[in-house]
Amino acid sequence: MGSELLIEVEQLSRHFSSSQSSDSLGYTTAVDDISFNLKRGEILGFLGPNGAGKSTTMKMLTGNLSPSHGSIKIAGIDLMDNPIEAKARIGYLPDTPPLYKELSVDEYLSYCARLNRITKPKLQQAINTTKERCGLVDYGKRIINNLSKGYQQRVGIAQAIIHAPDIVILDEPTVGLDPIQMIAIRKLIKELGESHSVMLSSHILPEIQMVCDNVQIINQGRLVFNASIEQLNQQMQTYSIRMSCQKPIDLQLISDLAEVESVHLVDNNDNSIMVNCSQSDSAQEQDPFIRLSQQLIAIAEQDQLGLYEIYPKKQSLEDVFMSLTQDNSVEQVGGNTH
Amino acid sequence: MIKLIAIREFKSLFLSPLAWAILTVTQIILCYQFLSQLESYMKVQSKLSTLENSPGITDLVVSPLLSGAAIILLLIVPLLTMRLISEEQKNQTITLLFSAPISMSQIILGKYFGVLGFLIILLIMIALMPLSLLFGTAIDLGQLAAALMGLFLVLASFAAAGIYMSTLTRHPAIAAVSNFGLLFFLWIINFAGMSTGSSANAQNAISLSYFSLLNHFEPLLRGVFSTTDIIYYLLFIALFLVLSVRRLEHLRLPH
Repeated sequence: MGSELLIEVEQLSRHFSSSQSSDSLGYTTAVDDISFNLKRGEILGFLGPNGAGKSTTMKMLTGNLSPSHGSIKIAGIDLMDNPIEAKARIGYLPDTPPLYKELSVDEYLSYCARLNRITKPKLQQAINTTKERCGLVDYGKRIINNLSKGYQQRVGIAQAIIHAPDIVILDEPTVGLDPIQMIAIRKLIKELGESHSVMLSSHILPEIQMVCDNVQIINQGRLVFNASIEQLNQQMQTYSIRMSCQKPIDLQLISDLAEVESVHLVDNNDNSIMVNCSQSDSAQEQDPFIRLSQQLIAIAEQDQLGLYEIYPKKQSLEDVFMSLTQDNSVEQVGGNTH
Repeated sequence: MIKLIAIREFKSLFLSPLAWAILTVTQIILCYQFLSQLESYMKVQSKLSTLENSPGITDLVVSPLLSGAAIILLLIVPLLTMRLISEEQKNQTITLLFSAPISMSQIILGKYFGVLGFLIILLIMIALMPLSLLFGTAIDLGQLAAALMGLFLVLASFAAAGIYMSTLTRHPAIAAVSNFGLLFFLWIINFAGMSTGSSANAQNAISLSYFSLLNHFEPLLRGVFSTTDIIYYLLFIALFLVLSVRRLEHLRLPH
């Protein structure tokens, strides 16, 4: 079960015709030759700047758009050949939740459940479980139009998971939610990830980091990064130390240290420096990074520089994201984990 | 699934005030027409009784009422069908149907039957007026049945054209106007034949007027039940439903 492939995407592309496209082909390419897999029990994060092709890819996976090239298999079923069977296994929350605003939450959910082949005897139970999971228990009789944006979003998520699909595809699920709701939804996604496969897109990078097992970064229709969260964490491993003292620091002294690759002054006012550690083989008995920080502290003590701040400068997911999406020539980093 | 979508559509119609407004307005206008027709019939009734083979109350009151109803509903059905698909596209709720394990034809048929349900209610309300004559006099029930069936087929054709127009655009108003334009054109198409003199033109006009929606309704109003007319309507409905399904499938295609 653990290795069962629920989504197999091969060389997926999607073009849109446009009169002002820059190339001679006469169309713009929204998604360009994307391939990836998703196993059961995995949560896949889908990152990318606006217009990168996230939503287009998700629409193709859910049968709302047909691809120009490539194939999609949902739990082994080809989405083009047998769309109805494939769609029965997917729950989808688009970027705009598809809500009939004139209905009450109960009416709406029961309609969604029946559309997704839940039989009448199981209907009430399915609605109750879903409402419980999404925190909508007290809202069954309310008209959707009168709910706040955050609760409408919850109804949208409820709609996507009501038939307990194998794959849940969420397009920016936490948009418009307050921080408490966000935490609840993240918890819900984690829970879903245990029994189903979840694919979610988001702008909020820490959210992806917190929730997902795998991360994909898409830029201008191309997959520029596809790796597990551990690999991403490795990628983000820090090799810089920021240190601030009351007295000026002798840069020459520090750059002479064996472990230092470069050093530069960050701020003249508070004598802050940034020390980049050389990345040596990890086979050594002691991490050069730890050695370096110990040496820096020793120097500060010796010269009585009045050290008041020293910390490792973390490279955030933002930094990785920026470097990947702003530099088009970047190669694919990290292998496919599957 | 078709039943589910149809019931949902039917209920949604009554959640908006539009359906109630349509029922009310149609009923008031037709009621006025019915009463004035009845009054003029009362005036000539004594003279008619002296004639041999004179037209009865069914010919003089019921048929004009139902033919008037067809024309009023030509204006009203586009308003009912305009939002079927276009509003779902506009609000992006169509995604819910596209992502569900159902086929495009199930979506179209479900929506269509939902509207038909409403039209049947409308039809029953209209039928109550001629039926109320039964309290005072005898009417030709066979002719009434044929005429009602004709009216139902006309309305069903209006709705089929309406659902297709609704798949073409995201704006309900545009769908309504285009459907109204199409239906109006198919209605006046037989006027062409009436005014032209030359024989070649007349020939063309006859073939043109064959396509007129209301041209096939008149025999049914007179109580003439001809399979050609019935098949004409059924083909008309099938054509537009198939076009709608094709159009819905086309929405997802690369273009």
